[in-house]
Amino acid sequence: MKTTRRDFIKISSLGAGTIALGTPAIKFLAGADDSENKGKSGAVTRTPNYCEVCFWNCAGWVYKNEEGKIWKIIGNEDDPHSYGRFCPRGTGGVGMYYDEDRLKTPLMRVGEPGNQTYKEISWDEAFEHIAGKMKEIGGKYGNESIALFKHGSSGKHFGKLMSAFGSTNQAGPAYAQCKGPREEAFALTFGEPLHSPEPLDIRDTKCLVLIGSHLGENMHNGQVQEMSEAIDKGVTVITVDPRLSTAASKSKFWLPIKPATDTALLLAWINVIINEELYDKEYVDKLTIGLDKLKDHVQQYTPEWAYGITTIEPSQIRATAKAMADASPSVIVHPGRHATWYGDDTQRIRAIAILNALLGSYGRRGGFYLPTKAKLPGFPSEKNPNPAWSWRDIEPEKYPFASDGVTNLLVDGSHPDYKGKHSIKAWFVIGTNLPVSIPNTKRTVEAMDNQEFIVVIDTMPTEITGYADIVLPECTYLERYDDIRVSPHREPNIALRMPAAEPKYESKPAWWMAKELAKRLGLDAYFNFENYSEVLDWQLKQIGSSLEEMKKIGVKKFEREFDDLYFAPGEIPEFFTGSGKIELYSSELAAYGFDPMPVYKPLPEPEAGFYRLIYGRAPMHTFSRTANNPNLTDLMKENSVWINPKVAKEWDLKNDQKIWLKNQDGAISSFPIKVRVTERIRWDSVYMVHGFGHKDKRLSRAFGHGLMDTEMITNVLIDKESGGTGMRSNFVTFLTEKPEKEVQS
Amino acid sequence: MKEELIVSGRMNLNIDPVLHIWHWQIPLYLFLGGLAAGVLFFASLYSIRNEEEKYSTAVKIAPILAPIAIIIGLIALLLDLKHKLYFWQLYTTIRLSSPMSWGAWVLMAITPLSFVWVGIHLKEVFPKIDFSQKFFGTLYKMFTKEQEGGVNWEWKFGWLTKLEKLAIENKKMLAWAILLASVILGVYTGILLSAFNARPLWNTAILGPLFLVSGLSTGAASIMWLSKSHEEQKLFSKIDILLIVIELFFIIHLFMGFMAGPQVQIESAALFWGGEFTLYFGLFVVILGLIMPGIFEVMELNGYHIHVAIPALMILVGGLIFRFVIVEAGQITRYLY
Amino acid sequence: MRYAMAIDTLKCVGCSDCVVACQTENNVPHGYARDWITETVDGVYPSLELEFRSERCNHCDNTPCVRTCPTGASHIIEGGIVKVTPGKCIGCGACIQSCPYDARFSSPEGWVDKCTFCDHRIANGQDPACVEVCPTHCMYFGDLDDKNSNVSKVIANRKWKVLAPEAGTDPQIFYLI
Ligand SMILES: Nc1nc2c(c(=O)[nH]1)N[C@H]1C(S)=C(S)[C@@H](COP(=O)(O)OP(=O)(O)OC[C@H]3O[C@@H](n4cnc5c(=O)[nH]c(N)nc54)[C@H](O)[C@@H]3O)O[C@H]1N2
Ligand SMILES: Nc1nc2c(c(=O)[nH]1)N[C@H]1C(S)=C(S)[C@@H](COP(=O)(O)OP(=O)(O)OC[C@H]3O[C@@H](n4cnc5c(=O)[nH]c(N)nc54)[C@H](O)[C@@H]3O)O[C@H]1N2
Ligand code: SF4
Ligand code: SF4
Ligand code: SF4
Ligand code: SF4
Ligand code: SF4
Ligand SMILES: [Mo]
Repeated sequence: MKTTRRDFIKISSLGAGTIALGTPAIKFLAGADDSENKGKSGAVTRTPNYCEVCFWNCAGWVYKNEEGKIWKIIGNEDDPHSYGRFCPRGTGGVGMYYDEDRLKTPLMRVGEPGNQTYKEISWDEAFEHIAGKMKEIGGKYGNESIALFKHGSSGKHFGKLMSAFGSTNQAGPAYAQCKGPREEAFALTFGEPLHSPEPLDIRDTKCLVLIGSHLGENMHNGQVQEMSEAIDKGVTVITVDPRLSTAASKSKFWLPIKPATDTALLLAWINVIINEELYDKEYVDKLTIGLDKLKDHVQQYTPEWAYGITTIEPSQIRATAKAMADASPSVIVHPGRHATWYGDDTQRIRAIAILNALLGSYGRRGGFYLPTKAKLPGFPSEKNPNPAWSWRDIEPEKYPFASDGVTNLLVDGSHPDYKGKHSIKAWFVIGTNLPVSIPNTKRTVEAMDNQEFIVVIDTMPTEITGYADIVLPECTYLERYDDIRVSPHREPNIALRMPAAEPKYESKPAWWMAKELAKRLGLDAYFNFENYSEVLDWQLKQIGSSLEEMKKIGVKKFEREFDDLYFAPGEIPEFFTGSGKIELYSSELAAYGFDPMPVYKPLPEPEAGFYRLIYGRAPMHTFSRTANNPNLTDLMKENSVWINPKVAKEWDLKNDQKIWLKNQDGAISSFPIKVRVTERIRWDSVYMVHGFGHKDKRLSRAFGHGLMDTEMITNVLIDKESGGTGMRSNFVTFLTEKPEKEVQS
Repeated sequence: MKEELIVSGRMNLNIDPVLHIWHWQIPLYLFLGGLAAGVLFFASLYSIRNEEEKYSTAVKIAPILAPIAIIIGLIALLLDLKHKLYFWQLYTTIRLSSPMSWGAWVLMAITPLSFVWVGIHLKEVFPKIDFSQKFFGTLYKMFTKEQEGGVNWEWKFGWLTKLEKLAIENKKMLAWAILLASVILGVYTGILLSAFNARPLWNTAILGPLFLVSGLSTGAASIMWLSKSHEEQKLFSKIDILLIVIELFFIIHLFMGFMAGPQVQIESAALFWGGEFTLYFGLFVVILGLIMPGIFEVMELNGYHIHVAIPALMILVGGLIFRFVIVEAGQITRYLY
Repeated sequence: MRYAMAIDTLKCVGCSDCVVACQTENNVPHGYARDWITETVDGVYPSLELEFRSERCNHCDNTPCVRTCPTGASHIIEGGIVKVTPGKCIGCGACIQSCPYDARFSSPEGWVDKCTFCDHRIANGQDPACVEVCPTHCMYFGDLDDKNSNVSKVIANRKWKVLAPEAGTDPQIFYLI
């Protein structure tokens, strides 16, 4: 085996002597002004926070018991994200704080290549070292050569630091591995992306169409709650999924589609809706452009044609189109969120957007409402320098519609095979587990191996930390301040996160790390405060609130400035598209040589003995981040592979039998996975929940439990418009015997 | 295909994936309780019938097993309690609806009675004590006045002497009390289980009499084994055969009841009929524990020479396994919904 | 007063929030649970029925668990709530054997634990923790004797079933179907 410059190190290689640094923790400012929350004197107390277990960011209260220990987390009644109720992951968020496997001290990689380990260092040493490296690498290659991968609230603090330092090479998996194609499809059609939370008026809808979106397993809280409210009101749910998802089981119509063929179904629906004149004529006439072209275009896509592709009966296609039209405009064809499926994703979601436009649901009650946000001014700071280049310049020809950093483009620029002028030489990674989140892990690892320096800021010893030169332990969201949550919604609203407890061990908040680093880089002017509470207080005071008030209420709602939640009757709004109209036909796409209207293109199918690997969410876990959470592992400690009984019979597989998977490229899973024989999945596919099969032993509850879907995702179909990484183009087969393979780590 | 699974939450120790809250202690306790009940039943019965001398093993010797069995049984029971330090709570209340409660009280009653019974026969049974046996020697010395030259069974404590006198004077009443208590104890060991309607296998009224009979049969087997008198052996051999026949009859009845019962009971019966307990139940309980010793005893009565220890041991072991099987299997059976 | 719960299987998504909320609210030790989720799937792809149920002690009207308890540790309080007094419980397991739903368990300290209907919360006028957290609002809790309570209304207006009625315990958790 070739020794690489940077071997993956399990943090466990530190052995038993991991206790603590010699010197006591320098008493920093983090959370220090929260003496009132220290749970004195035997009363139950509560502090406001917003949840970081997923990016719905529900606001709630962290309760401490009589002994001043964190006890439970309960939703804030005033919060439009949570409506006073957290999802299981948020409720189990206490486990993130109590997880004894957390990162505890800053760590530094030492030793020769191939024989490396971590040693514990002080925060001072860590910052001196990092600042030194940043200056050195920035000096050699330009500050732009240092990239930032980030996800979640704490990423913003490092985003600010990197921008101040002069690098906008920043990206997160929330774009190219998640909603990127969707955002561009909606921007191309309606002139605006959807953002998060999606402005879906689910509670008032009469017909909800879920294409993949597996609400109820995908626990995006507001949507789940509103769907339930809509069920009470008699909504018609139509679910398109090759698997009997939880949502499908609650649906009037479940269309058990053959995977990878959704575009065909969508086009057939458009065909029916146009040809049977089921669309909202006035709306389409006044607000959209391109109906004639679209009509011509979809003539080929009849329900009968789609039947052969999707396996959905033409009568079902017509009946569901009719159901949507009956509910119009109170109908939502859900835009999805994790949209990076098959590499044609912008086009597929364009078809969804077009369908919504034809049904007149955008800007209408029970369809898509028009969100608004509180206007919170930024804390005054120096102006950022202008970097000489940015992520887009790595491959200037690629992904012309990408409007946000594309993680995989940064990986390309970091890879030894990169031939361009804009190489990435060092990484900062905060709050994202790249080897698990970005498909084609091999390439990501090669890119990391090619870096001169990697800093990882995380709360847990997950896979990514093993590739770091320096690991910085962040405290959990329950132990820190972060930015005020300002999210678009029906009403402007803000929410506060504040520490409920002192950071455990030596961990610290990211804002503090960023500030301390800035100090050593001579960028103090950008971090012009002692404690983040000052920043928040200043900001809040600009909009008539204060930190003091927010500590008491947690969430504050404001009146909408205008009565414009929906388009007014007869209103002809202007859209931020090239034409100012909703673009059924996209001139912009045409201008860049893409299909101006969605076209169905068949995708490769599995060979005999192979099954398409599809994946999704379990309601009690978030990606790979909760797999070690003591409360949530109590609910579910590993994933299983769902196999149709017909297939199981053919392979003689039994429930709970442990098998290994191998994909079309010969990739073999590191760990076995338990079989679940179930009718809930089609016979041409297998299904599993993403986020299990951790490889770091230090994750004592997660290590080796279940299988990591990412290991099987080596064939990535990239969406040419947005750069999104389609991950459902992989086929697996079953190995019933332990394969002869060295399990890495 | 029908799938039923527990998605989350149920991982409670000893409850999931299958109920296993009672381990070896309870069946052992039930066995020993049944044995003690059997032994005491015959002792008091033949005492009442004035056949003390004819069946002296039954009346005087075998009862020594009773307090020993009860004490070991109680230790087993205590070991099984998960909140042991609160054991005394059993004796703060009498709850008639709870067999566990009246079992505790019956034991409370029968234990001293059995001690007294054994006590008043000690002098006869052990006219001599082998002091080289340290345990008995020490025990003996604890309760009797030290005397030169051996055994005289003169109690050290005045109250013991009084108690002994009182007991001997009222021996008939004592015997009746023990007879009654032993029947209750015997039935209790069966009813304890049949009170649990939630376990379809135990949800049958036959379990009470069945366990009583089985307890009597283990008692009779012990007497038979201990006895040196041929006549006594013969009597208990006959009693045993009768009890075995009754037991077999009950067992057949039990299964017929199950087969005529609801689905859950049919399924519980299946555990013994081609299920995981078939071997234990069929071979060890029915064949080796009932039928074979029964045959041996009949042969013995008909003049074949078979050492009494063989059928006796088989019956005892069979009875023990029987309780293990019923307790283990019963916990597996449950309502399906 | 007769407390009861109704759970709408048409809305429950099996997310298990009720399980983790119970765990944090009541400090149920890791590895144990007072409530749990079952999933049943019936049929052949694609004609399938799927049901999730959030289950716990049914606070039965006819309580074998209380009857068989030798010490009185298992008892019934105001509103028909079945409770266990740890200081009276000897951990004999009789009540565990008595429950057709396997709703009880032996806590690490040895006494028997189970759902309490969160009587400490009811006393403050709050709903049980599981009911309050449920993101699909599919659980209803209240007094059956009060015809205007949420539970009474929903039971009057909807089809429902109880679990294992043949066990004869007269369970007081109603599943709306
Ligand atoms: N509990 C929980 N909830 C979460 C998250 C989490 O980690 N845990 N993550 C959050 C985030 S960031 C996101 S992006 C969302 C993702 O949640 P969604 O946007 O709902 O994700 P999808 O990829 O659409 O959903 C996966 C579903 O797609 C189905 N599917 C697979 N292939 C196909 C196909 O070819 N066609 C169709 N029609 N369906 C198919 C699968 O069977 C599965 O039901 O979830 C959010 N909510
Ligand atoms: N194979 C496969 N890949 C996927 C997906 C999939 O379904 N399957 N889903 C995709 C989608 S939709 C998304 S949005 C992405 C999500 O991608 P990621 O956001 O990378 O998801 P996680 O796996 O949860 O990794 C989060 C990391 O952040 C750390 N972390 C958690 N909280 C904090 C904190 O407060 N501070 C810091 N510093 N670190 C923290 C965790 O320990 C973990 O290492 O993954 C994408 N990739
Ligand atoms: S949806 Fe759940 S995990 Fe996500 S922020 Fe809300 S409570 Fe937290
Ligand atoms: S919290 Fe509600 S929706 Fe979730 S499993 Fe429990 S009852 Fe069902
Ligand atoms: S469910 Fe079980 S524990 Fe609860 S009251 Fe009924 S029988 Fe007793
Ligand atoms: S375990 Fe405790 S509560 Fe249950 S029956 Fe025994 S004493 Fe009563
Ligand atoms: S009522 Fe309370 S104790 Fe019972 S399951 Fe719900 S949260 Fe747990
Ligand atoms: Mo996502």
